[in-house]
Amino acid sequence: MQGFEYANPATLKEATALLGNGWGDAAVLAGGTDLLTLMKEYLMSPKRVVNIKGIKELGGISKSGAGLRIGATVTVDELMSNAAVRAEYPSLVQAGRGITSPQIRNMGTVGGDLCQRPRCWYFRNGFGLLGVKDGKSLVREGENKYHAIFTGQPALFVSASSFGPALVALGAKVKLASASGTREVDAAKFFVAPQNEGAREIALLPNEILTEIVIPAARGAKNATYEVRHKDALDWPLAAASVSLSMKGATVASARVVLGHVAPTPHAAAAAESLLAGKTITEAVADEAGKAAVADAKPLSGNAYKVQLARVAVKRALLAAAGKA
Amino acid sequence: MVDYSWPPMNKRRVIGQRLNRLDGPAKSSGKAKYPTDVQRPGLLHAVILSSPHAHARVRSIDISAAQAMPGVEDIRVMSPAGTEIQWAGAEVAAIAARTEEIARDAARAIKVDYEVLPHLVKEDDLARAGNRAKAAGEQVTGDPDTVFRESGVVVHEGSYSIPVITHCCLEPHGSTIEYKGEKVEMWPSTQNVSGIGGDLARSLNIPVTNVSVHMDYMGGGFGSKFPADRWGTEGANMSKKTGKAVKLYLDRRQELTIGGVRPSAFAKVKIAARRDGTIVAWQSESWATGGVGGGGMPPIPYVFTNIPNKRLNHSAVSLNAGGARAWRAPNHAQACALTATAMEDLAAKLNMDSLEFMLKNANLTLRPETYRAQLQKAAELIEWKKYAHQRGDKTAGHIKQGLGIGFSTWGGAGHASNCRANIHPDGSVEVELGSQDIGTATRTAIAMVAAETLGIPVEQVKVKIGENSYPASGASGGSTTIGGVSSSTRKAAMNALDKLMDVVAASLNVPKDNLEAVDQRIQVKGNPDKAMTFKAACQKLGVKSISEMGTNDPKNPGGLNSQGASGVQMAHVSVDIETGVVRMNKFVAVQDCGLVVNPKTAESQVYGACIMNICAGLMEERVMDQITGRVLNADMEFYKLAGIKDIGEIVVHMDITPEHDRKGIIGLGEPPAIAGPAAISNAVANAIGVRVPGLPMTPERVLKALYGERSLA
Ligand SMILES: Cc1cc2nc3c(=O)[nH]c(=O)nc-3n(C[C@H](O)[C@H](O)[C@H](O)COP(=O)(O)OP(=O)(O)OC[C@H]3O[C@@H](n4cnc5c(N)ncnc54)[C@H](O)[C@@H]3O)c2cc1C
Repeated sequence: MQGFEYANPATLKEATALLGNGWGDAAVLAGGTDLLTLMKEYLMSPKRVVNIKGIKELGGISKSGAGLRIGATVTVDELMSNAAVRAEYPSLVQAGRGITSPQIRNMGTVGGDLCQRPRCWYFRNGFGLLGVKDGKSLVREGENKYHAIFTGQPALFVSASSFGPALVALGAKVKLASASGTREVDAAKFFVAPQNEGAREIALLPNEILTEIVIPAARGAKNATYEVRHKDALDWPLAAASVSLSMKGATVASARVVLGHVAPTPHAAAAAESLLAGKTITEAVADEAGKAAVADAKPLSGNAYKVQLARVAVKRALLAAAGKA
Repeated sequence: MVDYSWPPMNKRRVIGQRLNRLDGPAKSSGKAKYPTDVQRPGLLHAVILSSPHAHARVRSIDISAAQAMPGVEDIRVMSPAGTEIQWAGAEVAAIAARTEEIARDAARAIKVDYEVLPHLVKEDDLARAGNRAKAAGEQVTGDPDTVFRESGVVVHEGSYSIPVITHCCLEPHGSTIEYKGEKVEMWPSTQNVSGIGGDLARSLNIPVTNVSVHMDYMGGGFGSKFPADRWGTEGANMSKKTGKAVKLYLDRRQELTIGGVRPSAFAKVKIAARRDGTIVAWQSESWATGGVGGGGMPPIPYVFTNIPNKRLNHSAVSLNAGGARAWRAPNHAQACALTATAMEDLAAKLNMDSLEFMLKNANLTLRPETYRAQLQKAAELIEWKKYAHQRGDKTAGHIKQGLGIGFSTWGGAGHASNCRANIHPDGSVEVELGSQDIGTATRTAIAMVAAETLGIPVEQVKVKIGENSYPASGASGGSTTIGGVSSSTRKAAMNALDKLMDVVAASLNVPKDNLEAVDQRIQVKGNPDKAMTFKAACQKLGVKSISEMGTNDPKNPGGLNSQGASGVQMAHVSVDIETGVVRMNKFVAVQDCGLVVNPKTAESQVYGACIMNICAGLMEERVMDQITGRVLNADMEFYKLAGIKDIGEIVVHMDITPEHDRKGIIGLGEPPAIAGPAAISNAVANAIGVRVPGLPMTPERVLKALYGERSLA
């Protein structure tokens, strides 16, 4: 691990002043469950590490009429045990449950979960985000059983964040702060598929800190997440789906269906969403929506099975949201 | 002549008790110090620079920049210019520095110029192996061709496989070594306390007596930790050069890449039975790899060895991947995974219940009575009658249940072992062996045997192991330790007691042969009134302690230990046929191992093996990448191992009977680590109605078996 300067600011202002314009200048340290590994593997070698856990304004969960504000340094466990979250956003609790290590749930933060780097084994082995060697896509031509099934772009890793799809489905916004001010980004726009090797998979800039997440009030919308997991213990979902349904009586007024772990970003399934409008959720409808959600999937040589898993995840998330699971 | 034989079952006071392991509190409280915990003044931290290429020649290596880094104390080139690297991860250089971080930074500053050569790292498709596959000669028994053609014979053909897995020791391979003048102190993580010093001495060209080995505890070996290894040699060289202790352990990635693997096995099997279920012929074309050296043929057909007509062909496939080391029951899990699966498929084709089919064919095994009894016991424990159904769970819904069977055999005779038993005038007792407790409760078993023999409580026995200055005892491999150390301890303790009896006999004025040691007394047999306490007897020794040796000679174990363990395991699984996810409901292991010293720690041993079986059955495999030549999942994230929630209910039944007990002690390390993957594969087939040909039973494989290439339901 390359030597680094360690900073422990007490305010957001101090913290943003410590960041630089390049990723190599400084790294934000939250729970450290991913950053430490990245540094040990020389995948990130910042000159300065800025610990944000001492910054009070970045913590806490609060509810207002407009919705729910979740501080960036709220841990996964804190989020999952929060009464307001449990009451209105089961989708988030279910996504959190999938982070099956109690240690990681205790240390890892929600902000860190959104900013963590992909787990693609070519990336983690030092072959870059796009995994290209000698002009060849290692992912396409190599081992891709855990990779993307929506593959119309150079990036073929899957977005690692389990909260990502849920937050996109819930229409959340993410707040980013730098020394020169703050901005707000839709969760859906926070995740980006990099088009070249130098680009990043999130909209965050090197001089910014993710400060909070704001979820609009649920107003009776039903939501759920379903993950297909190989193991119950310490593992990643093979495919997941988060849904949010605005209801008009027993029928769906409008739906958000977002797939996880199948593309370099949370993947909104527009076809499934429009199919659901005006329908009552039944097993058959949920199955149809699952089919629609993966209709344009183009799996790689070794992950056709993930199409089936994504389809089932959508079906089961819909049934869970409708209370029919 | 002293009679060393074990006391009869009903006379034992300590042996056969369910005692907790003596070092449990130390281990669970963190008090136990493992080799990786060793701290020495001025300790240097060393790391290995690994080759990124699977096959390459080193053109040149430049360590100057690394050497110049502050904090770097020594660098040893392990693959000098001209070296042909045969697998990714191979050792190129060792670097010792003041901190591990500096050592790692320095490793990256070493410039190696490689001439990259072509590699092969995957063996699933034999056709692609070309001349990397070497055929061993054909073996034919009887007349398989004719029998396969006979009318009235039902033939099944299928493909089966089990992949390479690694040992994934929680404590990685390595040691801390400190040169002090001519002498070398070594704290290794090893299965071979008495032998590893000699191995290191040979590589350093120094007398074996110069190496002192110390190891109280170790974090897992499973067959992969016998030699000092090149890491030990370079650690020693760097310690010699710097005059400081050097700690050199593999990192996790290296542990899973070069710390040893269990070879794979693949086979196309043809098997035939008469309509009544009697198996009459077997034919297999198998292949395997364990690295550059290829992989030998597993002993197939497994356990049901007396199938009268057989044709066997095998190819060893050489890969540019980290080499094989013994892994709990070398080649047996593979053999079972190729045999029990084909048998179960044949039973399904015959519309026979697979339990009935195995029972019917038990005569083809070497121990029909034992296997029959164990099959029945396991069936009872897994509630076979309640859950059994023909292939394919026909109940409604997407969760399908199934049952499956696997079986095992192993040797397990005791290794050569020496023990010294000391009885001191104050009544304290020590037993000394250059043995090791690799997590198997060897320490506890030794104390129990000594306590039984001397008629004293277990706590009164001080067990001294883990030093090569103690009488030499064999390495812990092949399930040989419990038989070896128990026998040598028994003999040493008997010999020491015999000396103590001399003193008591004179004092009580009775013939020595009339005495026995029970309940902390030496007494006239059956007469507690004519007795002396053990302590009082020891006081009679004056200033002279008793110190006696005992030896287990594997050629002449004298009935104290023997070999030939059998086991049956059954799995009950639920399969979600929409996702291919398999969940373990219940896993049953029935296991004999002769005389059982401590049923509780024996069961623990089997529990551990069952968990490893479940890992190998459901999730564990090494993933190789043909383009980069690397192991892609050399971490504990995608090298998938079970957690508590993944293992279901495990039921262990130790098959303790007077007949088994009469055989003496038989080792238990390997036998329970064999049958599980096959049992799980069979349970999945029984649940979903089709065979998933390759282990482990991942969602990907299950869906493909159910719905074809596209895996769409
Ligand atoms: C074996 C394993 C299994 C896992 N399974 C799952 C899973 O199923 N689903 C899932 O979602 N996650 C999973 N995780 C990941 C885990 O949830 C993340 O590691 C954790 O949430 C990261 O949070 P952290 O606070 O520790 O981040 P850190 O490690 O501190 O930071 C991670 C990255 O985000 C940056 N960062 C952190 N906070 C901020 C901020 N506020 N502003 C700007 N940048 C920031 C850091 O600079 C760094 O680049 C798993 C991890 C492991 C090791």
